[in-house]
Amino acid sequence: MKVAVITFPGSNCDYDGYQAFKLLDGFEPEFRWHRDAALGDVDAVFLPGGFSYGDYLRPGAIAHLSPVMEAVRDFAAGGGPVLGVCNGFQVLCESGLLPGALLRNPSLRFRSHDVHLRVETTRSPFTSAYEKGAVLRIPIAHGDGHYTASKEELAELEGEDRIAFRYCTTEGGLAPESNPNHSEHHIAGILNPARNILGMMPHPERAVEDILGSTDGLGLFESLRAHLSGTLATQTP
Amino acid sequence: MTDPTTAPTTGSTPAPATASAPVTATPAPRPGDPEITAELVADHGLSPSEYELVLGILGRTPTFTELGIFSAMWSEHCGYKNSKRLLRLLPTEAPWVIQGPGENAGVIDVGDGLAVAFKIESHNHPSAVEPYQGAATGVGGILRDIFTMGARPVAVLDSLRFGDLDSPRNRYLFAGVVRGVGDYGNCVGIPNIGGEVFFDRAYEGNPIVNAMAIGLMKREELITAEATGVGNPMMAVGARTGRDGIHGATFASEELSGDDDVSSRPRVQVGDPFTEKLLLEASLELIGSGHIVAIQDMGAAGLTSAASEMAGRGGSGVSLEMSRIPVRESGMTPYEILLSESQERMLVVAKRGREDEVRKILEKWELEAEPVGEVTDNGHFQIFENGVLVASIPALPLTDGCPTYEREGIEGDDVKVARARDLGHLLEPEGDLSEAFMSLLKSPNLASKRWIYEQYDTTVRTSTVVRPGGDAGVIRFRGSRRGLAATTDCNGRYCWLNPREGAKAAVAEAARNLVCSGALPTAVTNNLNFGNPLKPHIYHQLREAVLGMAEACALFETPVTGGNVSLFNETDGVAIYPTPVIGMVGVLDDVEAHAMTHGFKAEGDAILLLGENREEMGGSEYLYRKEGVVAGEAPIVDLLAERRLQHAVLGLIQKGVARSAHDCSEGGLATALAECAVGSEKPFGVQVRLEDNLAPVALFFGETQGRVLLSVAPEDVDRALDMARDHGVPAVSIGAVGAPGSSFSIRSPRGHLELDIGRVAEQYHATLPALMTRSNGGEPA
Repeated sequence: MKVAVITFPGSNCDYDGYQAFKLLDGFEPEFRWHRDAALGDVDAVFLPGGFSYGDYLRPGAIAHLSPVMEAVRDFAAGGGPVLGVCNGFQVLCESGLLPGALLRNPSLRFRSHDVHLRVETTRSPFTSAYEKGAVLRIPIAHGDGHYTASKEELAELEGEDRIAFRYCTTEGGLAPESNPNHSEHHIAGILNPARNILGMMPHPERAVEDILGSTDGLGLFESLRAHLSGTLATQTP
Repeated sequence: MTDPTTAPTTGSTPAPATASAPVTATPAPRPGDPEITAELVADHGLSPSEYELVLGILGRTPTFTELGIFSAMWSEHCGYKNSKRLLRLLPTEAPWVIQGPGENAGVIDVGDGLAVAFKIESHNHPSAVEPYQGAATGVGGILRDIFTMGARPVAVLDSLRFGDLDSPRNRYLFAGVVRGVGDYGNCVGIPNIGGEVFFDRAYEGNPIVNAMAIGLMKREELITAEATGVGNPMMAVGARTGRDGIHGATFASEELSGDDDVSSRPRVQVGDPFTEKLLLEASLELIGSGHIVAIQDMGAAGLTSAASEMAGRGGSGVSLEMSRIPVRESGMTPYEILLSESQERMLVVAKRGREDEVRKILEKWELEAEPVGEVTDNGHFQIFENGVLVASIPALPLTDGCPTYEREGIEGDDVKVARARDLGHLLEPEGDLSEAFMSLLKSPNLASKRWIYEQYDTTVRTSTVVRPGGDAGVIRFRGSRRGLAATTDCNGRYCWLNPREGAKAAVAEAARNLVCSGALPTAVTNNLNFGNPLKPHIYHQLREAVLGMAEACALFETPVTGGNVSLFNETDGVAIYPTPVIGMVGVLDDVEAHAMTHGFKAEGDAILLLGENREEMGGSEYLYRKEGVVAGEAPIVDLLAERRLQHAVLGLIQKGVARSAHDCSEGGLATALAECAVGSEKPFGVQVRLEDNLAPVALFFGETQGRVLLSVAPEDVDRALDMARDHGVPAVSIGAVGAPGSSFSIRSPRGHLELDIGRVAEQYHATLPALMTRSNGGEPA
């Protein structure tokens, strides 16, 4: 299972993502450069965190125009799974592959600490290994994570079960103090209508080993592996 | 070929980057250069006797360009003229030291074929003027010092000092500096794993911003910055040169005055962490490619220091053609180009004939690389402008010939008075001890620093094992069992009262912090932040502090592998406390098994105190909070006892007996116990009974050095106490970890303190955010 890890100038979680995929048997991560117009033969795409193009204009605003994003668009249109984390989520929103936008944190400060996430849906290639309602502890690290969208878009996200994760308390409750960037509807991660694209602000790739303080992010990678091996299995004659 | 010293080239063909002139050639003054007068020399920070030396080296009057070069290279910042003789007293060698002082960063062997490059550097003056950019470029500069050694930066730490936070100006400086440190490191993607901050009115107007960076490499990837190989091209790489930061090095070597924050702006640099990230990747790729001989940051004194230091180290000469330097604006003079401190620029010595390969790597990272000169064999630092020689200076006297001074040092009278002050009355508390402790927790020096480090990415690179907030940060090395702990420490109050003991305390505390994190203290980088050394009482502080540091570093076997000196930290004649910040790193052989944190782990665990309690209140936070003064004798440091203590603690951690370990420092035993209690997700209760017959104020809040709090499983108490005593360390079991949410209680024969742990935790976490959300917190006054 080949995973394309995209590197834009200014990406700084590309290597972390690469290492996380390496941890799980079966994944073969490979780097792709922002100028690459083709992804090659890959089974999934990882858009990493960082500050692509220095966050100039807006986070993700320039990255979505890069040649590699054309290829990612095509890959996603064919149903290929795409996971965007932090800046990757911002790039997906700028690209129009996911609805809404990520604005400056209302505190106007960068926030870096563990948050608790409630798994809202297991119907996706990225969340099937979790139990619905499970509470995960995963780090965030961002200055622009305030998720917002139009009323209609938010209603669609809710109505179509496309909210993957919400910020929550340790017990799984929703409270203003456990919503680190005051995101609308406590949204931490969302899916596209076809459910093959996930964008999320927290960093699951930073929660995959005990020594890092949490392994709660492993489920995402395990879900994706199950999804891909299932897909591959059905393709075998 | 025409003599380049007399025939200016004209027309559109750029001058070749490879001019050279005989060492006897005399550079021509440029049209429009000011006349060299005694006043101009003085404005450049050179004394009459230093100027005499310049005349002797050149055998003639310098050109304006040359005067600028000498001014920068012989500034305190580059030339260390007031500190060099003292710095020679520091121990710098050990079998594990690969690179000692003199390079961009020190390098140590950490085992498994790996090496660590690390260094600390100050950006005090720029941060006083423009806190955000000052701090950001401080981080940028120290990162470049690391990756020019061939190491990938893997962690940063920051050591900060400000005036009291009740002033809007100080809140503005503090908020701006934290944002600057954060934005730069976050964008480049280097985790911040620790540091310290301290607030005291002595830093009013003169904040201290020291940034430390750590890089990891394979031993064989080490590269040093020596310009060798006659005919090898020198290439300017990275950002273009502009008019920002001109004479920053000289600026950093002067006192500030009240109106400096406006007039000095052009001397502050502006940072671009995005370019830095590209430069980082490009530099590491260049070093790995084998196409280059050496690489150096254009940091303090810009192109001048980068080129002349590389020539000096390589024992060669260099020639540079100014018209070849990529600039941001036209009309820049050689003087401006040479002394600009525009950020994110590197000087590279490429192998001859490999220029195109170098350029290709830079282009991949969207950066420029331009040949601007070459390595020569004439030993001179020669500058051409369109083929005309405008400066020609012997490289070695320029880089190593800066005169050094040993000055008169006498203890200041104000310190003598402060030290002699009787603090006996302090020992009688007014009101009850519980409330005294609650009010102590309102000090930002003791309360949680979460407000700061939540603005720093601490987990990027997925190698952070212990995050900020405890004794030291810990990172793992991928592909190895080993890891590294790092800390920065210094209490300026102790150093002011007694610079020798204070410096010893700083080294001892740094080592203690590492040991409490499970690491063996290994090596030191230091940042000497002081006032004006021309004043005898400041020179006294500097000398005493270096002597104390030398003694402690020798005893702990932690050699100093480099660092930075920041003098003239004075505003309107008033100096900061002497602040010799110690950045220390320590190796963990088995990071997974030995990395230790300070928070209590389980209800019912026994709490042990290692070390001795004494009645010492001098220089304490309690005294500053209660009476607004810094007085009395600084806590004494018994280095031998300290070493025994550290061996014992490290042994207890490595044997798996200790479940938590915490250094006891500012705010005393009560504060340290509170930190252990609230160091976990849910605050634990604390039930402690001390048997010492000391005044409770001193016992609870005094800052006696050389103490560590451990928690152990109940069945391990005897074993732990025996192990400590075998090392000759006083050790007692003082109580137990209580249930989460229960009471925080400390009793002694002469007094007691009892509070709800929830209330303690709340105050501990609320202090700094409350101070920073005051009206106009974080905004200019």
